[in-house]
This record gives sequence, C-alpha cells and structure tokens, in this order.
Amino acid sequence: MDLSRIRNFSIIAHIDHGKSTLSDRILEITGAVDARTMRAQYLDTMDLERERGITIKAQNVRVGWNDHTLHLIDTPGHVDFGYEVSRSLAACEGVVLLVDAAQGIEAQTLANCYLALENELEIVAVLNKIDLPAADPDLYASEIENVLGLPAEQVLRISAKTGEGIPALLDAIVERIPAPKGDPEAPLQALIFDSHFDQYRGVISSMRVMNGRIRTNDKLRFMQLGGNHDALELGVRSPDPVPVDELGPGEVGYLIASIKDVGQAKSGETVTLVSNPAAIALDGYDDPKPMVFCGLYPVDGDEYPALREALHKLKLNDASVTFEPETSGALGFGFRCGFLGLLHMEIVRERLEREFDLSLIATAPSVAYKVSTDDGAVIQIDNPSELPEPASITHIEEPMLKVGILSPSSYTGTIMELCQGRRGTMTRMEYLSPERVELQYVIPLAEVVTDFFDQLKSRTQGYASLDYEPEGYQIGKLVKVDILLNGEPVDAFSTIVHNDNAYDYGRRMAEKLQELIPRQMFDVPIQAAIGGRIIARQTVKAKRKDVLAKCYGGDITRKRKLLEQQKKGKKRMKAIGRVEVPNEAFVSALRLDD
Amino acid sequence: MTGNFGIYLHIPFCSHRCDYCAFATWTDRHHLIEPYLLACKKQAQTISSEVPEITSVFVGGGTPNLVPATELMAIFEDLPLAPNVEFTVECNPDKVTEDQMRIYFQSGVTRISMGVQSMIPEVLESLGREHNPQNVAAAVGHIRSAGFKKLNLDLIYGAAGETMEQWQKSLEAALQLGPDHISAYALTVEAGTPLAEDPDRHPDDDVQADKYVMADEMLSSQHYENYEISNWALADNQCQHNHLYWSQGEYLGLGVAAHSHIAGRRFWSVRTPERFIKAIESGDSTEAGTETLNKEDWKLEGLQLAIRTSNGVPSEVVPESVAHLVEQAGPGHVRLNQAGRLLANEVAVRIEPSQSKPS
Repeated sequence: MDLSRIRNFSIIAHIDHGKSTLSDRILEITGAVDARTMRAQYLDTMDLERERGITIKAQNVRVGWNDHTLHLIDTPGHVDFGYEVSRSLAACEGVVLLVDAAQGIEAQTLANCYLALENELEIVAVLNKIDLPAADPDLYASEIENVLGLPAEQVLRISAKTGEGIPALLDAIVERIPAPKGDPEAPLQALIFDSHFDQYRGVISSMRVMNGRIRTNDKLRFMQLGGNHDALELGVRSPDPVPVDELGPGEVGYLIASIKDVGQAKSGETVTLVSNPAAIALDGYDDPKPMVFCGLYPVDGDEYPALREALHKLKLNDASVTFEPETSGALGFGFRCGFLGLLHMEIVRERLEREFDLSLIATAPSVAYKVSTDDGAVIQIDNPSELPEPASITHIEEPMLKVGILSPSSYTGTIMELCQGRRGTMTRMEYLSPERVELQYVIPLAEVVTDFFDQLKSRTQGYASLDYEPEGYQIGKLVKVDILLNGEPVDAFSTIVHNDNAYDYGRRMAEKLQELIPRQMFDVPIQAAIGGRIIARQTVKAKRKDVLAKCYGGDITRKRKLLEQQKKGKKRMKAIGRVEVPNEAFVSALRLDD
Repeated sequence: MTGNFGIYLHIPFCSHRCDYCAFATWTDRHHLIEPYLLACKKQAQTISSEVPEITSVFVGGGTPNLVPATELMAIFEDLPLAPNVEFTVECNPDKVTEDQMRIYFQSGVTRISMGVQSMIPEVLESLGREHNPQNVAAAVGHIRSAGFKKLNLDLIYGAAGETMEQWQKSLEAALQLGPDHISAYALTVEAGTPLAEDPDRHPDDDVQADKYVMADEMLSSQHYENYEISNWALADNQCQHNHLYWSQGEYLGLGVAAHSHIAGRRFWSVRTPERFIKAIESGDSTEAGTETLNKEDWKLEGLQLAIRTSNGVPSEVVPESVAHLVEQAGPGHVRLNQAGRLLANEVAVRIEPSQSKPS
C-alpha cells in the first residue's frame, strides 16, 4: 500500500464529549457501516462499555476517504486507563482533539493532548456539539488557542450527532496529519498496541507495522518476551474483521497467532520475523502498575474455585489486573487483587459477577504502603492486616499523586477546600482564561481512592475534570484502625488511615455496623481501635424476642418450615467469634458509595 | 399422650373481621351457616365409626358461638366421646347468651375459651375489635350460671398505642374474672391482613418482650403456671387438646381449613365453605394438602414442639450456645426459662436431635 495514502489517528476526548458518536458517524459517512446495521457505540463491544457509555478497551478500524486509507484508533476515555491512551498514540501520526463546544477543554483531555504533543503528533482540534443551544464555539476555540497554541481559526466545528462538518473533518485529517514513514524492504518491526482474548480464536492483537512487511504464515519472533509464534491470520477491521495476506509499513491491523494469554502478546511488544529479524526492538512501554488493591471474596465460600478460574480467565483479557490468594479470618478464602484505579476495580468486579455469575464481597480499597520497621527493614504492604505491630514501626510512606483539575474558576474555593481536606498540597494554579482555572495538587493516593472524584463532581456540579499521575512516596502520619466485634478484630474492616481521620472512620464504621448487624442473643459491642486504644463504640443490643405466639393445628407445619428457613439463613452468616454476621452486612459495610 | 384422640371443628363465620386476623373466616357468607353445619354433621357421621374414643374436642373459628347452638351441638351427637372428654368451645363475649351456654353445657361442653384480647376500649379499637369490655363480665356470669367450671380467657398484647399500664389493667381485670386458664398472645403481623399494610401499627419486639415478662410475673404470682410459651393455667387445668398438638398426638379436623394428624400423616381440608359443602354433598374428599415427615424431620419437629412446653426436652439436645436460655425440668430434662421462651425460635433452630439418646 502506498504510504502517502495512509493516515493513522486517534480521537482524544473527555467522557461525554462525543467520541463514540463521532466514531459512529465516521463509520457511517465513509460507508464502512451502512445505516441499516448501525448501532450506537459501534466500536464498544463489551456490554459494560455500552451501559456506562465509556470505552474500556482500545479498538481500531479502517475506513476509506477520497482514495486514502484512514485508521481510526479508538482510545479509552477514563483516567484509570490512561496508559492505554499512550499505547494507542504510539501507533498514530496525529490525533483529533474533540472538545465539547458547550463545556470546553477538560483536564484529562489536556493531559492526553500534552502527551500527543510530546510524541510530536499533529493535532486536529474540533469543537463538537455545535448544534447545542449552549454551544459557544468562539469562546472555546480561543481557549484552545490559549492553552495549546493551536490557531483558533483552524479549529473545526462539527456536530457528530447531526453529521455536520464531518466530511470537512475527514478532509482535514487527510490534509494535515502526516502520512506514516517506513521502509517496506527493512526487517519487520510491528508494534502491538492492544491485545484481547477471544474465547474461540485465542489472543487477537492490534498492531501497527513500522517497517518491513508481515504475511500470513510468517514465523514471528516477539522481541521483548522472546517467544516464537506463527501468523495464522492477519486482517483489518472495517469494522468487521477482514483477513488480508499482508500488512506493510504504516498499516494497522490485527494478528491472530494462536496465543492463549494476553500476557504473551503484551502491548508494547515488537514483532519481527524469525527468518530476517530486526536488529533492535521499538520503544515499548512499561507495564501499568496496580495502584488500588482490595480483597475479593465469594459471598458463598463454595465459590472460591469458581472465583479463581474467573480471575484467570479475566486476566487473559486484562493483563493489568493482578491477584494472589489471601485468607481472611472473617471472609474466608479469597484473592488480593490490584487495579489501575477505582473505576477499573469496579469494572473488574462487575465483570466477574456478570460474566462468571459470581456474588462477591470486596474489602475496602487500599493502596500500597512502604513500612519501615525498627530493625531497618522496609516492607511493602497493600493489605492493612499485614501491617506490623505499631510499636515496631518507625514510619510509613504512602503513594502520592500529582492531580490536575480543570474547572470553571467560580469553583476554585470549594475545590481548594476539598483538596486541603484530603491532605493535598497545591503546586500550581493557572488561569486558562478569566473563567477557567487549572489547579495542580499533590495528594495522597489513599485520599483520592475513597470518593474524591464523586466529591469533586458534586461540588462543581460536574464541571470540574480530573487527571492524575503517580508522584512517588511521602511519609505520612498513618495508623491502622481495627474494628472489633464482641472483642474480636474483624480483619476485613481494618483500614490504614491518616491519624486525623481515624476517629471519624472508626465512628462511621461502628455506626454503620450497628445498623447492619442483626441483634444476637447477647449484647454485641462494636469497637474501633488503634492498637489497644478504643476510639469509638456502638452496641447492638441483645435480641429479646424471637418466638411464634401460636402453635396449634396448622401452625405446626408452618412453624417447622419457618424454622427450616431460619436455619438456612444462619448458614449464610459468617461467624465472628460468637457473633453471626450476614454476608449482606459485609457487602453493605464495605460498599464505597456511602 | 398415647391413647388420646382429639377432634377439631372450625366455624368460619364472624360478624366482623379483626385487623390482625388471618384465619379462615368470612363475614359475608352467613347464608352458608346452615348448610355448612349440616355438612359438618354429615362429615362427623361418616368418620364416627373410624375414630377411636375421643378424649378432647375443640371448636374454634371464626366465631363458633355466632351459629345456632343446637345445630352446632348436633354435629357431635354421633361421635364416640369419652365420658371424661375435655370439650372446649371458643366464644366471642358479645355473642354469649344464657340459653346458648345452657345448651352447650347440657350437650357435654366442659370448657369455654373466650376471646377477651384486652379490657381497655381504646386498645380493642386499635386491634379492630368490636366488642365492649363490659360485655365480658356479663358473659362470664352466663358461663358460670350454666355450670361451667373451666374457663379460658384469651388476651393479646402489643396493639399500637397500648401502654404498659393498660396491659397491666387488662391482666388484672382478666384475673378478676377468675379464669382457670389464660392464653396471652403477642400481637403478630400476618401477611395479607390490614395490620400488615400499616407498618406504623406494627408491634415493637422489645415492648412485647416487656409485656410478656409482665404477664408471666403477674400470672405466676397468682399461681398460674406457664406450661407453654403463651399459655398459663392453675394446677390441673392445662388444656388437654392443646397438648395433643405439642406432643405430636393424633387429631382429626372437621370443617374447612382444619388440620389433622393421624398415623404420622398430616393433612388439611379445603379453605372455603362453598368448596367444603360441595365436596361433602358429592361425597368427594375435603382434603386440600398433606405431608408425611421422614424419621429425622419427625424427630426434630417433636423436639421443636416440646421445647415450647414446660415438659421440655432431653438436656443433651440443647447445645451450650443456648444453655443460658433453659432451666432444669426434672431428671435429664430442661425447659425454656423466661428469657428462653421469648427466644424460643433461637433455641429451636439450634436443637441437635442427633445428640438425643435412643428412646
């Protein structure tokens, strides 16, 4: 294929700014999908993606426009999946920056845009939703010029919904985004930028050929991991998969090589030929590191093997999830799992429950702490119950985030209040325009994983946007709060919090449990404690009455059935010492959103 | 209780349905009373040759004393009643008359059980009852003058708005009437009743527990001995018919929605009077359902019933976790203590039949 007629690009956009709608419209206007088979969010294949209106896995699709071949490489739209964006960008020469003409540029978009600029990609800026009454394209075009230095008059104006301006956008992509460069005669260098597991075909990888050619049945060498595989099928998506015999430089397509595990075909892998290998691999990218951890336990202990199998299967498709077995005194056998962020955690849990028909309890999310003890050792823990005795700890370091927030400037005060309440330190404040401000804070990760994002949204009526990246470790005044039921510590409820928040956490948890734990045959004290010091207490008063008043004739059968039910109910409880705690109480107490 | 055999007859008619009542009873089918009583008589005749000597009869409802006394009593003419039979009829105080009581007594009834529920007009109103507490004393007068020695009064505690003082007054007033037996029931929310639809009126467990304790203290101080969760009696006045239920004894139910237990099989009859009358007239079975327990469930059921009574259960079937809820009840047996009676379900679900010695 003639390289000069290829254009590879991604769309960078904030959630709700219309990326999926624009993708749908491009598919339609270029004739890749006819109107009859068109459905909303065509490229989002997971049910969860459609339901939540977000893209989780990157997708790519080939369309034709005016004798040019365009590869649209879709990117995930949530900060948790930011690393996937950087992988997608490595396969492109340009990006379409899509901004809502009624809301302006958002933090995450800005961060991704900087990423594109760093990669020297051409940026085609587009204001979407110009059909909305609240649209103010002039204002936001000049904002784009101020923030990114792109001339306002070059900013395109479209409505992905109505299709207005889409042909002009496609023309601009052809005109402004450079054609890929590459030597078809050089040894093969192809970059894998996404892999997913298909239960019938095994791993299907998205790849971009940089140099050389790849043909069906070629013997391939994966340069980073060192494995050899056969190219069983090559193809392009337009958007349905179409097998091809060959992919040349600049082309984007898919590869099926009978690989069983996405870990064997990781993003960033360079593929070359066994017969004529390239001398050096392309720049790969680091594996994403899990930032948030929690224990996942089956509500029904018998489902532990099923959970293990489900995690293994899920990992085939999502290499970023980590898990290892752990045991909880309260919850039994489960897994300590690591996630890229809170949304990722929620999505994984939801996929496990939905796709594998499991019912799970998730413990409170934790981050990875570095604990220094008096014998000079430094240990890393991501489970509060692993924290050594308080007396032996010299200090605890916690992971920090650099958080960027973009917001209408009228909310500056409330955002600052939120960030300070979360132990944040301001590092930058800049007005993008008189109405818009960018704030930068360094905040402990643990403060962000609780409900920071929700708080930010509710305080700013949804107008503020957030982006973050890791910013090393800092010593914090941290303590472990244990929750005791009838004097017995319940490991599932232990949490590491800042000393200043310990009392509040302990009180809230004790109050919550007091409501959730059914009355027993004796008073059950619920205590929150730091080491041996009790900081909060509630009592579930002993139950006094549980009896049927009448037991004559017909009551006898009824009573027997009722007692059978009651007995079954007891089996669904976990015994913490003498206290019987319904599984639902764990689920509710550990729920994040209240 | 071997050798004892009971008959239960259900009268499914009332002049008014109380808010909390989930029993099979109707207020709008009085035209069926006559054919219903005839059908019951026919049923009694049919089974009369198949049943052993009857040691107890219980006529419940509904409101048995709403229907004509002579026709009601005629049902029992052909049945083999034992000479010392315990024969109880449930009565609504508003409907008790001198003639009615005389007919009952002369027909062999030995015991009247009267639904008093409360002696406080506001509480009765809150329960959705119609009767006037002043009628209770008059009714007791008729009962006594007819010659009845045995009298039970039913009380209900836990109506919305009932204070501890009002409950105490009801107990005192009931005791004033000199019954030999008192049943005091915690108001229970049954599905499908007007009470169930009105959560604001649902009783509070802790308040009901306090009222139970009050009743138990007052009654036992007057020598009424608790012999089942909700039943207290002076010496030798326990209800023999009820003991059949609690000891897995045998009994046969006549009429609608009546439960029977014969030779290890439980069965129950159709619920509506129309269907019952039709079945009897056409000679069809009146049975609506049945169950036979396996040996294991039978044994567990026996223990779960016995634990409700003062006879208690063998001490080895009660696990340590509920040992604080029982007390000694004779050699090798334990029974629920006062706190235990309030938590009888908790004890019942923990009973371990496998621990009991083979009998």
